[in-house]
Amino acid sequence: MTLLDVKDLSIDIHGIRPLDGISFSVDKGEILGIVGESGSGKSLTALSVMGLLPLIGGRIERGSISFDGTELTTLKEPAFRKLRGRRIAFITQNPMTSLDPVIRVGAQIDQVARLHLGLDAKAAQARSIEIMEQLRIPEAATIYHHFPHQLSGGMKQRIVIAMALAADPDLIIADEPTTALDVTIQAQIVDLLVELVRERGLALILITHDMGVVAQTCDRVVVLYAGRVAESHDVTAIFASPRHPYTKALIRCIPREDTLPGSLTGIPGAVPSVAHYPPGCRYHPRCARMGVPCEKVVPPLEHPTSGGEIACHFPESNGGANV
Amino acid sequence: MLSYIIRRLLLLIPVFFTVSIIIFGIIHLVPGDPIDNLMRIGSSPEQKAIITARYGLDKPLVEQYLLWLGKMAQGDLGDAIVMRRPVVDLLAQNIPFSLRLGGAALLFSTLLGIAAGTLAAINKDGRIDQGVMAGILVGSTLPSFWLGLLLMLLFSVQLGWLPVSGARTWQALILPVLTIGLGGTALVARATRVAMLETMQKDFVLLLHAKGLPARRIQLRHVLRHALMPVVTILGLRIGWILGGAVTVEYVFARPGLGTLLIKALNQHDYPVMQGCLLMLAIAVMLGTLIGDLVQAAMDPRVRHAMT
Amino acid sequence: MTSNSPRWHAFRRSTAGKVLLTPKGGIAGAYLLTLALIALLAPWITPYPYDVQELTIASQAPNLAHWLGTDEFGRDVLSRIMYGARTSLSVSVTAISVSVLIGMTLGAAAGYFGGMFDRLVTAAVDLSWSFPEILIALILVAIIGPGLTSTMLAIGIAYLAQFTRLTRAQILSLKNETYIEATLNLGASHGHIVFRHLMPNALAPVIICGMLATGDAIILEATLGFFGLGAQPPVPSWGAMMSSGSAQIFKAPWIIIFPGLTVAVTVIMINLFGDALIRALDIRAKLREG
Repeated sequence: MTLLDVKDLSIDIHGIRPLDGISFSVDKGEILGIVGESGSGKSLTALSVMGLLPLIGGRIERGSISFDGTELTTLKEPAFRKLRGRRIAFITQNPMTSLDPVIRVGAQIDQVARLHLGLDAKAAQARSIEIMEQLRIPEAATIYHHFPHQLSGGMKQRIVIAMALAADPDLIIADEPTTALDVTIQAQIVDLLVELVRERGLALILITHDMGVVAQTCDRVVVLYAGRVAESHDVTAIFASPRHPYTKALIRCIPREDTLPGSLTGIPGAVPSVAHYPPGCRYHPRCARMGVPCEKVVPPLEHPTSGGEIACHFPESNGGANV
Repeated sequence: MLSYIIRRLLLLIPVFFTVSIIIFGIIHLVPGDPIDNLMRIGSSPEQKAIITARYGLDKPLVEQYLLWLGKMAQGDLGDAIVMRRPVVDLLAQNIPFSLRLGGAALLFSTLLGIAAGTLAAINKDGRIDQGVMAGILVGSTLPSFWLGLLLMLLFSVQLGWLPVSGARTWQALILPVLTIGLGGTALVARATRVAMLETMQKDFVLLLHAKGLPARRIQLRHVLRHALMPVVTILGLRIGWILGGAVTVEYVFARPGLGTLLIKALNQHDYPVMQGCLLMLAIAVMLGTLIGDLVQAAMDPRVRHAMT
Repeated sequence: MTSNSPRWHAFRRSTAGKVLLTPKGGIAGAYLLTLALIALLAPWITPYPYDVQELTIASQAPNLAHWLGTDEFGRDVLSRIMYGARTSLSVSVTAISVSVLIGMTLGAAAGYFGGMFDRLVTAAVDLSWSFPEILIALILVAIIGPGLTSTMLAIGIAYLAQFTRLTRAQILSLKNETYIEATLNLGASHGHIVFRHLMPNALAPVIICGMLATGDAIILEATLGFFGLGAQPPVPSWGAMMSSGSAQIFKAPWIIIFPGLTVAVTVIMINLFGDALIRALDIRAKLREG
């Protein structure tokens, strides 16, 4: 069943609109990937769902975010606070800076259970250590008393994940949880997250710029470009036949074993900044398939019979439906 | 932690010697014969001989300096020329007044400054913030002696609520503390505000919000705690400034104290007294910096661990 | 200039325009300009001479003939404030300018060459940094004796650390940029690099820092004057006026109220102007490096 349903979401930050009509949904036990280069609006999507836009001076302009039947866009802050950390948990990008440096890591995990589950200090500590052990943190009872600066990056990210799990949430939003880590640690952390979702039946939104991670972990994927949905579909379908030129380009960026060092290429050009979105399809200045309408007409988000969604005037035809 | 304290104390040693050399040097840098500078005008040759022997003025400079240091270690800072008493006695008599004033002013500016800075930061760009910012501008630009005179005029002369000067009652402390405290408060408030605003941008604060903690609790328990670390360092560095404020304000309110003594000595060219006062003030500045560093180390586990 | 002429547009986009067209910057700029003119033209525009004593009209409250009253010797307070601007401004500006020049040289050399010299300069800067300016000034006055020369020296030395430190930080952050290395590889001399490439980039923050310090220097000058250690009678300076006036505070408070107010307003205006400049040049972050 649908746990989180985001419909036609647009946000406003100081008079600009970095997210423009985003829709997606996540079911229980499902892993949804949200993919795009930096600047495409992935992190803002996370903040919108968490109700934390006001922190950066933003607000929801239009659309709805429905979580387990509750409408979040109109939810008052005290009620929202009971959801945050309790039912929707957040894992941030950089574990190096995500923990309060002057508080012992154990106490930072305790905080969540004490706040949301009403546990006393002792019970919270027992629970935190138990979760740390489940996350395969060695000598959890010792690490519990450490300060963040005494831990490695991978260990810190496990602490952040422990914080996210502390109140048994239904949905975890992980914003580039591995970007700041070593390559070997990255795989461990991703595996850990996937395992948690499968074991506990959680829903996970995995925000990443890496299509390779999506291929390994996600069930479905939403591709964002410059604040709009470019394409979304099941992971198998999207890798079998990407239809949006941007999706295709992202897939081409995945490094393969046979790629020669140095031949790894990104997509030429960069995501336009929010203040300078081009008219029409926002991808057209970088698109090889660009045609006449792309410069002027915004491609509508269509729902082809083959499933998924696509917003492109000239989609790749091998998908079959829109020829 | 202990080894950190010891290391910090060791670092002060070269600073102390540099400062003591400068203060020792005053008497030799002043135009004229140092002997004449150490005596009343018109002293007899016999008296000159006594002074010369006492300060070793006929010996090489290095030896004189070591002699001076040695005497200082024994608590002998020489005799006041005009006031005709051992400098140490004068200092002992005046220091408690300065300590009381400086301590009260420090406490006042710290508490009020942190409160004002915090209020401004959590209401950034709002009315309260603008008010605090204007207060900071005015507080840090008014000459303290002038502010003291105005306060005296208003509260003592016009309203008659508080004593004009002196140091006999606790009421006499109020106006001097307010006078120094305004500048100190501005300093602390500015530092607190900047540090809080900077901390609020940090990732870990976002994660605290994501954990569902109430905004006020995040600001007061987590953000403020971080913001206080740079504030403590600045406070430690600026204890000297607050003491500097005490120098001028004591004089204005005719309170006894190191500042009044120093100004008097400067006007009377009483060099031993000058040296004694400057030495005490310099030591206070060094101790202030040390205490600021130590408190910061106690507050921040990263510093604590890096040092042990 | 009409509101849509090209010159007007160019002015609006220039730094001067960005400063002067904000309410704060405009008011502060106008005030400082007026004050500078008064200081310059004081001998020709003051209503009364600054030094002629007329005891029959001593300690008069502000009235039509003497807008800000007269002091204990019957001298016109307004005229003395106007003359005082000459003393206070020239002392502070001269002292700070020299201090900025020396500080920039020291800081640039320390930052650029590094090594033993850098460590020595940094240690000296740190030492003087932890002592309040007023204390440094008092030590210097103790050595040189009271007067305007020692006031200038005291101000110059008291703020030297600040400029040295800031320049050094600027140079350090610029030194490692690739274009500097490229220039050096092309065979440029050290002097060429320091004066042609590093200094111009470090200039703006240091100048602004100097400007803000001028405000503090005015207060320092006034404080020394107030203690009787600065300008000596009958030369009027804002501090010296208050020094002699403090004995009269209960009888004739205007003798100290107005000079003090002038100091306060001037320093506030300098700060507002500096703030507008920082905003226009967008260098707040750079100023913090020091």
